[in-house]
Amino acid sequence: MTYVVIPWWRVGLAAALVLLSGALSAALRLGMGRQLLIASARTAVQLVLVGMVLQWVFARGHWLAVVGVLVPMTIIAGVSAVQRSPRRFPGDLAIAVGSVWATGWIVSAFGVIAVVSPRPWYSAQYLVPITGLILGNSLTGIALGLDRMTSELVGTRAQVEALLAMGATRWEAARGPLRRAIRAGMTPTVNSMLAAGIVSLPGTLTGQLLSGIAPVEAAKYQIVIMFLIAAGTAFGTCAVVLLGFRRLFDEEHRFLHRRIYNRKTGPKPG
Amino acid sequence: MTDGPADLDPDDREGDHEDDREDDHEDDHEDDHEADHEVGHEHPRESIEAGLEAERIGRRATRTTWIVRDVSLSVRPGDRVGLVGPSGSGKSVLMRALALLDKLDEGQVRWRGRVIRRRRVPRYRAEVIYVHQRAPLFDGSVLRNLELPFELKVRRSKSFDEARAVALLEQLGRGADFLDKDAHDLSGGEAQIVALARVLQLDPSVLLLDEPTASLDRDGAKLVERALAGWVAERPDRRAFVWIGHDPEQIGRVAGRTIRMESGRLSEAP
Repeated sequence: MTYVVIPWWRVGLAAALVLLSGALSAALRLGMGRQLLIASARTAVQLVLVGMVLQWVFARGHWLAVVGVLVPMTIIAGVSAVQRSPRRFPGDLAIAVGSVWATGWIVSAFGVIAVVSPRPWYSAQYLVPITGLILGNSLTGIALGLDRMTSELVGTRAQVEALLAMGATRWEAARGPLRRAIRAGMTPTVNSMLAAGIVSLPGTLTGQLLSGIAPVEAAKYQIVIMFLIAAGTAFGTCAVVLLGFRRLFDEEHRFLHRRIYNRKTGPKPG
Repeated sequence: MTDGPADLDPDDREGDHEDDREDDHEDDHEDDHEADHEVGHEHPRESIEAGLEAERIGRRATRTTWIVRDVSLSVRPGDRVGLVGPSGSGKSVLMRALALLDKLDEGQVRWRGRVIRRRRVPRYRAEVIYVHQRAPLFDGSVLRNLELPFELKVRRSKSFDEARAVALLEQLGRGADFLDKDAHDLSGGEAQIVALARVLQLDPSVLLLDEPTASLDRDGAKLVERALAGWVAERPDRRAFVWIGHDPEQIGRVAGRTIRMESGRLSEAP
């Protein structure tokens, strides 16, 4: 592997470009300057911190240290999936965290142990980035799936209840909205697979090219990653939508529409 | 609805052996164990004459306020019940409660002498159908809307009968060409006719009609009145309806007896 080490002062050169964009925004009164500054500062601080943590974890090489990184990543993914939706329902947080945890970790474990097969299998160099990619994408799918599920159910409540009133089981009444929710969660992943390598070079491929890996080897990694992401997103979205369905429809085949509430106005009483 | 992954149906497994013991009353003890503290240990046999009975049912709005409270009512075969009362008095809430679309906070609903629980709810709702005053239609033609309820598991032994649907629509003042109309192009009155034809062809026992002629003109309303009265008269040993209405003259025409609702409570009108 060959790559050029960037000294800190040259990172500063890149920062100068951002400052220039900020100046442009100020000149044109776009009002983006402040945001751009904050975003750049956050990027720098967050990534340096992550770099330092990972450096420590990589140096330790102990599986507990790897788990220590993955657990907060997983919880943050679940929490932010829920926070993206304007509608909430009781238990959605547990469902999202549980779904992303179970499906993300299973897919990642399969990918690292069975497909990549590093030694030792818990090697942070593979486990952390692969799990991170799966969690990040599955987070998007889960957020979209949850959001679409509640918006569909609220929007088509009359139809759902008309079906229930005519003797539909809860599943028969809800499966249209649920299917659309799962599809919405999967769409970005499918689209990114369709566009991979044509519209843009995906992240893993780019990263490996930069670190000097042969392009075809890098492509193989990217393919594996894409498949793991697709599986993680599919399982995660299905899990969250089906578990959400169980929360929103009870065993007496009733739609508990009052459980869905607007994030701003808070849960309904009673 | 049609292309759904039916094999994923979480209720399916429970549903399949259900039919085998439809008349096997022994099984009801384990089926309804949590429900029947008031009925006692002797499980009553099914009795068609008992019809639909509500016993002191109540629905809360909040922890301390009630929308419907202490309502007892029975609808026996052959009954044509008019339900009147000011807007907001809880008429629709009562009907939804009778159809088990909302959880009761108090009391119980019995069908043919038995409390309906869990897996039996869809079959109950195939017998006792609540028709919303703005009953929603589904995407597609009128024909599609009429076929749709026959795709539900609860009706798998029955199938859509186009001739019967045409005859029903004719009774309600629409020709056979009406079947090909797109549901989105219908007026409110036409939609109400489709919704009524849709449930009538399902051959239920009790119809809970929430202002079934609200969107219809005088002539259309008369046709609906006649069709529903005729529907009960055809099989008075089985069929009955409850009709929410605001027009005292109309209620006088359609109802054999009238009950009045005020602030969530019932009073038998003279």
